Amino acid sequence: MTIKQVSVFLANRPGALNSFTKVLTENGIDMRALSLAETSEFGIARVIVDDPYKTANVIREAGYISNLTDVVAAAIPDVSGGLNSVLNVLTQNDVNIQYMYAFLGGPKSDQAYMIFKVDEPKTASAVLGNAGIRTATQEELSSL
Amino acid sequence: MGHYYQPEIETMSREDLKALQSERLVAQVKHVWENVPCYRAKMEAAGITPDDIRDVTDLRKLPFTTKDDLRENYPDGVRGMPLEDCVRIQSTSGTTGKRVVAYYTLEDIDLWEDCCARAITAAGGTRGDVCQVSYGYGLFTGGPGLNGGSHKVGCLTVPTSSGNTERQIMFIRDLNTTILCCTPSYAAYLGESMKEMGMTPEQIPLKAGIFGAEAWSDEMRRDVEKTLGIEAFDIYGLTELSGPGVSWECSEHNGMHICEDHFIPEIIDPETGEALPDGEVGELVFTAITKKAYPIIRYRTRDLCRITHEPCACGRTHARMSRLLGRTDDMLIIRGVNVFPSQIETVLIQQGYAANYQIVVGRENNTDTLEVKVEMTPEMFTDNVGEITKLQSDLVAGLKSMLGLKAKVTLVEPKSIARSEGKAVRVIDNRKF
Repeated sequence: MTIKQVSVFLANRPGALNSFTKVLTENGIDMRALSLAETSEFGIARVIVDDPYKTANVIREAGYISNLTDVVAAAIPDVSGGLNSVLNVLTQNDVNIQYMYAFLGGPKSDQAYMIFKVDEPKTASAVLGNAGIRTATQEELSSL
Repeated sequence: MGHYYQPEIETMSREDLKALQSERLVAQVKHVWENVPCYRAKMEAAGITPDDIRDVTDLRKLPFTTKDDLRENYPDGVRGMPLEDCVRIQSTSGTTGKRVVAYYTLEDIDLWEDCCARAITAAGGTRGDVCQVSYGYGLFTGGPGLNGGSHKVGCLTVPTSSGNTERQIMFIRDLNTTILCCTPSYAAYLGESMKEMGMTPEQIPLKAGIFGAEAWSDEMRRDVEKTLGIEAFDIYGLTELSGPGVSWECSEHNGMHICEDHFIPEIIDPETGEALPDGEVGELVFTAITKKAYPIIRYRTRDLCRITHEPCACGRTHARMSRLLGRTDDMLIIRGVNVFPSQIETVLIQQGYAANYQIVVGRENNTDTLEVKVEMTPEMFTDNVGEITKLQSDLVAGLKSMLGLKAKVTLVEPKSIARSEGKAVRVIDNRKF
């Protein structure tokens, strides 16, 4: 199971992230997770949202450059050693992680979600499934 | 054939052309001697009289005219005809100083429009074509010149002038415009806008574009041709010489034919003023041998290019000039290296960027700095920082190999570099000496 992350090109200057989140706010988009990667001149905002396709459309219309990236969301109990157990499986299966970030499922949930960008997301999802680690669907994240 | 507007002139033998030029030059020198005191004063200072000018080979005896000479004679010191014979003025943009005011008689305008009609015909234009003139109208020569040329060819002329991009696109689509005349940067902008509106090159009725008034690279040309689905034709001219149409490309796309029956070209070394042979890059100098109200003798254009007198496969015999390789005055000297914006543009387009960029030159610790700002494109974007950093370093390497200089490259958000509907502002030089 893979989900869609929205990746957005932003200039590294004061207010750049603010203008971007303003577009999300004006369009009633709810963010589940946000991760920023930055260099001295530009940044890439990577967001998990309730509606990735709508998000992609509204930010394109607002003039941003973005794409939809397939990522894997491993759903694990929010307990000590949770991330370690996922990484053990990925390591044993030679899955290379490009980057990752995590978020908690919120008050209605005792889940933690680990978002992985890997070379082959479908394979990664399958090896996690075989090891008994559930990967979340877009619907699950949207309904949080 | 039908590919020439004035076949008897455009294809005349070199000998006949030389005889025609000689006859016209002799008459023009007499005309300025008698009617334009500033030219007479220069000739007297050089110790020559009209009797010294017997044919085109004597052209080199005449003193050069510079833009400063024309400015010093503002507003009407160069006027060669009585006011009652003049029917129009056009004027330069004044971007590099005081304006030049050029006068025209009815016949001067007629000859100028002939040159533009030749350009439109060479680009495949004929009766039944719809020619949209998106150059500015008014004091700028672009609009009026091509407007007149388009009438002479018999095209339906759409005088949109510059600006109002939505309206431009509406007319292109609704009137089935086949020929677009504008600056190359505006053509690129129109193409980008139409692409954004979801129009494919097949849906754009244009077949040819006549683009000039700005230096541009072959890469930018290919880009515009692809986006608009057209064949692009370069055109050159300047207000001092009448306007657009002084030279223009034929379907061979191998240089711009100079209307040599009206304008005699020379290439000189900008430092020494010495004549350079065909094929060498130097400053373009023109003598206008037919226009009477604003006669121009050996005018230093500050444009750098090459010329050739080799015959062209299109059958025209008039000399050809290369596209502009820069200007003697927009050349940047950065850490002692000569840099032309067109070189930077070439690298950008080769590497897949849009031709929208800005060059920022500064000075830190007594060393020149060069920064190139270019917009990220949707095609090149990825969610991976490493890949984007690689794009940046590829561009730094490309610029290094083209210029021999290390530049800082900054990728910026789309549309963050101001678009221009006229001449693009490409260079910001913050150095203070």
